[in-house]
Amino acid sequence: MAPQKVARRRPAYRLAVVGRIVLAVAGGYAVAALLTALLSLTLPLVRSEAVATATLLSFAVMVAVVIYVFAAPTLGRAALTVAGLAAVLGGGLWLAGGFAAVGAA
Amino acid sequence: MRQGFRQSMAWLHAWSGLVVGWVLFCVFVTGTASYYRTEISQWMRPELAETASDPARSADLAAAYLQRAMPDATGWYIELPKPEKPLIGVMWWKSLEGPFHQALLDPATGTPTKARDTRGGDFLYRFHFELGMPPLWGRWIVGTCALVMLVALVSGIVTHRRIFADFFTFRRRRSQRGWLDAHNVFGVLALPFHLMITYTGLVTLAPMYMPWGVVSAYKGDEMRFYVDSGLMPELRAPSGKPGTLAPLSGMVAQGIAARGEAPEGVSVFNPADATPSVLAVFEEPHGLAHEHPQIAFDGATGAMLGSNGATRAAAKTSTVMLGLHEGHFAGAALRVLFFLCGVMGAATVATGLVLWAVARAPQGAEAEGFGLRLVRTLNVGTIVGLPAGIAAYFLANRLLPLDLAARADWEVGTFFGAWALVAVAGALRPAESVWREGLGLVGGLFLAVPVVGALTTGLHPLAGETRFLGFDAAMIALGILLGLAARKAGQARLRPALRADAGITGGEALRA
Repeated sequence: MAPQKVARRRPAYRLAVVGRIVLAVAGGYAVAALLTALLSLTLPLVRSEAVATATLLSFAVMVAVVIYVFAAPTLGRAALTVAGLAAVLGGGLWLAGGFAAVGAA
Repeated sequence: MRQGFRQSMAWLHAWSGLVVGWVLFCVFVTGTASYYRTEISQWMRPELAETASDPARSADLAAAYLQRAMPDATGWYIELPKPEKPLIGVMWWKSLEGPFHQALLDPATGTPTKARDTRGGDFLYRFHFELGMPPLWGRWIVGTCALVMLVALVSGIVTHRRIFADFFTFRRRRSQRGWLDAHNVFGVLALPFHLMITYTGLVTLAPMYMPWGVVSAYKGDEMRFYVDSGLMPELRAPSGKPGTLAPLSGMVAQGIAARGEAPEGVSVFNPADATPSVLAVFEEPHGLAHEHPQIAFDGATGAMLGSNGATRAAAKTSTVMLGLHEGHFAGAALRVLFFLCGVMGAATVATGLVLWAVARAPQGAEAEGFGLRLVRTLNVGTIVGLPAGIAAYFLANRLLPLDLAARADWEVGTFFGAWALVAVAGALRPAESVWREGLGLVGGLFLAVPVVGALTTGLHPLAGETRFLGFDAAMIALGILLGLAARKAGQARLRPALRADAGITGGEALRA
């Protein structure tokens, strides 16, 4: 117990905790928002139904990302995975015309 | 954070639960009380007896009042009287950003009601998701805490490896597990409710928290989403030219003829424009889904324009989630069950908060750190302070002079004042006795509510008044429960001696 307690007071440990919180909040919301927008445009349903389905799922998606960020072995690996996921979803949304649509609105 | 999935989840559960615990306790307590919002409002306006009123005439009286209050408003909402709430509620605004003005009118005269000025159960209901703050701030804070609650639930399920067995096991209390046992029992027993109520709570405000689907698919015409979903009929845009509104009574009468029941409310969009729209909103039909049938009218001519369509699978899922959250579908027995589950939710949060502090209590001569002291102070300030505020709110409703100016604000002020007072007093009392004293005080306050209510109004069962039996019984039950809790806290202090064979749910997890 004792050595670990000391280790957990080190600045490096505290910074890593702050990093995971920031990644969980910003990354989790970004991935959930991008996936919601992408599914809303691409699900083969009536438009309002695609939006409702995507929106209903969004909170589960964000929870999953947050859990992953805190379960990942290192902050670096977590950051890479979340950034990669966001990039893929962002690319998909761009291909689906999501950004043009928002820009034009 | 620790190595290993279960260990990192134990860490996440302990810390995520702590940082949002105080807000969640408030959300659970006021949300649970909101299952009886109507009954609380009835008790807080004892001078109103249940009476039926004419909905069409009430709509005209409300329109006349609103024309005088703000002729150039962009929107009105009229809540028509019901037997259990024989008042016309009116709301009006110049901009959707606010401010929103409101008044309660007597359905017989159309003038402001003579019943005492109070926000009734509506105050607790709004506090449940706005925390008494500016609406946007409150809603975002509550939403963030709800998401963290979901994270805490998932990580708690992972942490608690005996979850499946515990779900089907009723164990009598084993003394040495103390607070952890209580936390597990409340958390696991009502786990389906906790998961349901947290997720559906987020869905209730999803258009605000997660608007990106609507934004990307509807490109600046967001209202169309609600029309497409079958949640509202199509409305007309204002013309920009002045006009006159046709009498609302005719539209209400048409609505009654079309649906066989009176609408619960009437919305008027751009009442001073040449093309105003009027929306008659009906009670949700019997069933799980929270859906309001609506009929739109041309406000200038009173002609019926159309109604909202049927909801499809995904939109229906959303409205069922809303319905589950609000529990309007529940009859008396099921509502009691919802209430008890809500109480267990509050108890889960409260025992978790106490457990966090107990598990980190200094060993032997170690000094107590600032962090632990802060947590303990906030624990007492919230878990004892909020119920004290609610009891004081009810007492203020009976004790404040009836002709006091801004009386409703004084009631709310008493709520916050009593809460703050108890929280400060709790911070000053020694840790050994603060729970006993605090819980005892709050128990006494709740027991005083029916007594003060009867003495100040003369309305009690001995005088033949049975309307408030349920409310009084609930207050007495709460008082007794809190008294028992105070007694328990006064007995030999529970020690956090945790069983080693509980695996990761033992002391290891607690200190993670």
